[in-house]
Amino acid sequence: MAIDQSKVRNFCIIAHIDHGKSTLADRLIEKTGLLTEREMQAQVLDNMELERERGITIKSQAVRLIYHANDGQEYIFNLIDTPGHVDFNYEVSRSLAACDGAILVVDAAQGIEAQTLANVYLALDHDLEVLPVINKVDLPSADPQRVIAEIEDVIGLEAEDAPQISAKTGLNVEQVLEQIIEKLPAPSGDPKAPLQALIFDSLYDPYRGVIVFCRVKEGTLKAGDSVRMMATGATFDVVEVGYFGAGQFIACDELQAGMVGYMTASIKNVKDTRVGDTITLVKNPCAEALPGYKKVNPMVYCGLYPADGAKYPDLRDALEKLQLNDAALQFEPETSIALGFGFRCGFLGLLHLDVIQERLEREYNLDLVTTAPSVVYRVHKTDGSMIELTNPSNLPDPSEIDYMEEPVVDAEIMVTSEYIGAIMDLCQERRGVYVSMEYMEETRALIKYVLPLNEIIYDFFDALKSRSRGYASFDYEFKGYMQSELVKLDILINRETVDALSFIVFKDTAYERGRKMCEKLKDEIPRHLFEIPIQAAVGSKIIARETVKAMRKDVLAKCYGGDISRKKKLLEKQKEGKKRMRQVGNVEIPQEAFMSVLKLDED
Amino acid sequence: MELYKDILELYIHIPFCVKKCDYCDFLSGTYDADIRKAYTEALCREIKWNGIRLGDKLVTSIYIGGGTPSWLEVEYMANIMDAVHKYFHVDSQAEVTIEVNPGTVSSEHFNVYRSVGINRISIGLQSANDDELKLLGRIHTYDRFLHTYEFARVAGFDDVSVDIMTGLPGQTPAKLLHTIHQVVRLQPEHISAYSLIIEKGTPFYDRYKFDAVKQHAGMETEALPNEDQEYELYKTTQMELASHGYEQYEISNYAKKGHVCQHNIGYWKRVPYLGMGIGAASLMNETRFSNERDIHDYIEHAKELVMENFRQESPMRVDVQELSRQSAMEEYMFLGLRMNAGVSRSEFRQAFGLEIDGVYGTVIQKLRNEGLLEAAEGRIYLNDRGMDLANYAMAQFLQ
Repeated sequence: MAIDQSKVRNFCIIAHIDHGKSTLADRLIEKTGLLTEREMQAQVLDNMELERERGITIKSQAVRLIYHANDGQEYIFNLIDTPGHVDFNYEVSRSLAACDGAILVVDAAQGIEAQTLANVYLALDHDLEVLPVINKVDLPSADPQRVIAEIEDVIGLEAEDAPQISAKTGLNVEQVLEQIIEKLPAPSGDPKAPLQALIFDSLYDPYRGVIVFCRVKEGTLKAGDSVRMMATGATFDVVEVGYFGAGQFIACDELQAGMVGYMTASIKNVKDTRVGDTITLVKNPCAEALPGYKKVNPMVYCGLYPADGAKYPDLRDALEKLQLNDAALQFEPETSIALGFGFRCGFLGLLHLDVIQERLEREYNLDLVTTAPSVVYRVHKTDGSMIELTNPSNLPDPSEIDYMEEPVVDAEIMVTSEYIGAIMDLCQERRGVYVSMEYMEETRALIKYVLPLNEIIYDFFDALKSRSRGYASFDYEFKGYMQSELVKLDILINRETVDALSFIVFKDTAYERGRKMCEKLKDEIPRHLFEIPIQAAVGSKIIARETVKAMRKDVLAKCYGGDISRKKKLLEKQKEGKKRMRQVGNVEIPQEAFMSVLKLDED
Repeated sequence: MELYKDILELYIHIPFCVKKCDYCDFLSGTYDADIRKAYTEALCREIKWNGIRLGDKLVTSIYIGGGTPSWLEVEYMANIMDAVHKYFHVDSQAEVTIEVNPGTVSSEHFNVYRSVGINRISIGLQSANDDELKLLGRIHTYDRFLHTYEFARVAGFDDVSVDIMTGLPGQTPAKLLHTIHQVVRLQPEHISAYSLIIEKGTPFYDRYKFDAVKQHAGMETEALPNEDQEYELYKTTQMELASHGYEQYEISNYAKKGHVCQHNIGYWKRVPYLGMGIGAASLMNETRFSNERDIHDYIEHAKELVMENFRQESPMRVDVQELSRQSAMEEYMFLGLRMNAGVSRSEFRQAFGLEIDGVYGTVIQKLRNEGLLEAAEGRIYLNDRGMDLANYAMAQFLQ
């Protein structure tokens, strides 16, 4: 059965974090009757436990809705939910490429934020029609008129008749549904043309293999077709095509130009179906791939080690399984003197790292030790060669280094005027290079900086929030590499270098960092029978030192008839605690110590 | 264990208090008169039930602890001791101790105690500074303690122990010295000096929990002494008591010659002991077990004891834990090393049929290398530094 393209709308919802994107998606699903209110678990589209808990979207999700419009017609809505975080920007942009329009959700109290802008620009880049919606009008602090003016002034979108809704209560959501038909365009494309379908996401199913999410731009895709992935060159025979129900896959005969759906083809590895790639027919290929495919490279690396060395194979299995669903995750084995066998893992950003680490711990029940995250440095050696450094321990001898480069980002920060000074101070401290500042309106400004990535991967976001009392929002985009004066900071515990604690740092901040590390480690390392010096060094030069004093008293006060079992447990616990520590030389270092260096700027 | 197969120690728990002290996590509370009466009856039944089953054992010591045993009506205490003597075979030389709190006893109490065979008094003073007593939530003053002490002496008790506490919030070495001097002036035969431990579920924990949490994380606090200050207080206690003729024989215990507490030594040597009353712990036949902790359940269950039925299992017994030889050896080591005398190689051999070096040779050598443990005259024992770091040293013996 051919579907009338004019009765189809493919769109996504874009918003700054917490502006109500997922809640609106839920209301749309509910109002179109795909699920009754009772069947709804809040935020249907965020189906990972972690996503629901954190209120973030990690993987793209899609759902097909049937809407009976006021004009008496029946429409198919393909709603594609996109990750909101900058780490997943590439995935966002692929998801947008699968759509013809976007609903822009803006919080009626907060107005436009940094990610609102970033997302709108991204949508406009993809030639999407943008339909603004003012959400949370039920809040006492809501000021829809101000926000409408803001949307018109700052973005230049007509917003006078933007629906003023409460996704939470369902108020005026019908207006959104009607405007989707009125204001967002129907797809185009010729069902008879050679197949051209964009992969915007994929996931691995143990029974069916990779499930490829795609948007058919031209032609028709159906079961039995032999297809080729244009970038990877891999070919497959399509087993099944279909569309997205609520959390389920519904098979259908074919996907025509203009449709969004999925296909399966007994594909073993998501790597063969890269997001952004174009699917075409082997026999009747299209002339060229859809634009925009690029290989995503990890931006942040860290070492992941099992807390219990015997769990190394389990960690490898878990990483392999996660990678099936997440082509951006990279890992390779590495060995640390302090931590034993583990993996150097590459991530899109710190949130990605965080999410993977949490999934490993939760879904695979692994206890992990993480080393400080590092960006990828470029080391230009005196012999003219260049290496990309992902593990600080592998930095060549300084005599072999000509110069080094570090990655920098274009950062955009939106902040109310009273905190501009504080935020600019922060950016200066983080070695930011000022680019521009413009006032969005009287009380808010958009500040642009070029910032080294290694200055923002630790705690920049937290610092930004605390210095602006939560009023600043932030977005960034990878810019390129810049030459920089970098040194490796080593930590010596009882005069032995602990490889897992080494990191690369800007030369002028080495002293400060080293001092803080020593202070932090002093609190983390328990007293031993002997005194333990903790030193920070650059090359052979010691730049900071602290001492863990020798243990003096730890006796259990009393132990009579009724205390014996309990005291024994206490001693066993003490002993057990030791087992969980890492032995470096004759010093036992708690696993937390390796992670504590991530939180140097807490105070 | 073959070593002590014919002897037995008894512990009797009296869970009553005038008021619970702020740091106390023992099983005790304020109960009204009919509960005290019912409890005494239940306890006497339990004594009888056990006594007629264990009559062949020689009871070498008895310890009546609490709570505040001295707060129990003195005639009830007489009933309890009568039952013990009637149903158990108590050695004529047995050490029989009762814990006494200042402010709960008259001279009449002591006379009765003597008449029922109690021959040792342990008085909980904790501090000679009234501000510290108040801080601890004690019901008495130093002055009240002096009266109690005198009553005991007048009644003829020649074996008296006094408890003091170190590591109190805000305690300086000077304040501790004041307490020690006040105590040694009286010349008690025995002194126990405990470090205050903040236990969960006590008012102290609520009051100091943030400090306790901080300390656990290795941070300094204002109120509670840190590791170094505690060390100073501990050393002050050791030196001052030694200079007044009190010999340390265990981590927290000091005595004049010939006055060590036999009952407690029994715990550290793993002499079998039977605890009676709620919550009381026992070690019999290489099995550790306890009585239930709820006083009402206990009173009810005591009624179910059938004296003649020798196959009946005690209905009040809980937490039964049979010890493997491995566990028994571990206990033997970490308990034995609490004593300055340490453990004897030959006693270890007698107890387990194994050479101590065959089992723990590596650990012993390690601790000797670390300067914590020494060996001489067929014994191994912790030296001064080993005593200070006893937790660390003892933990090494656990598997």
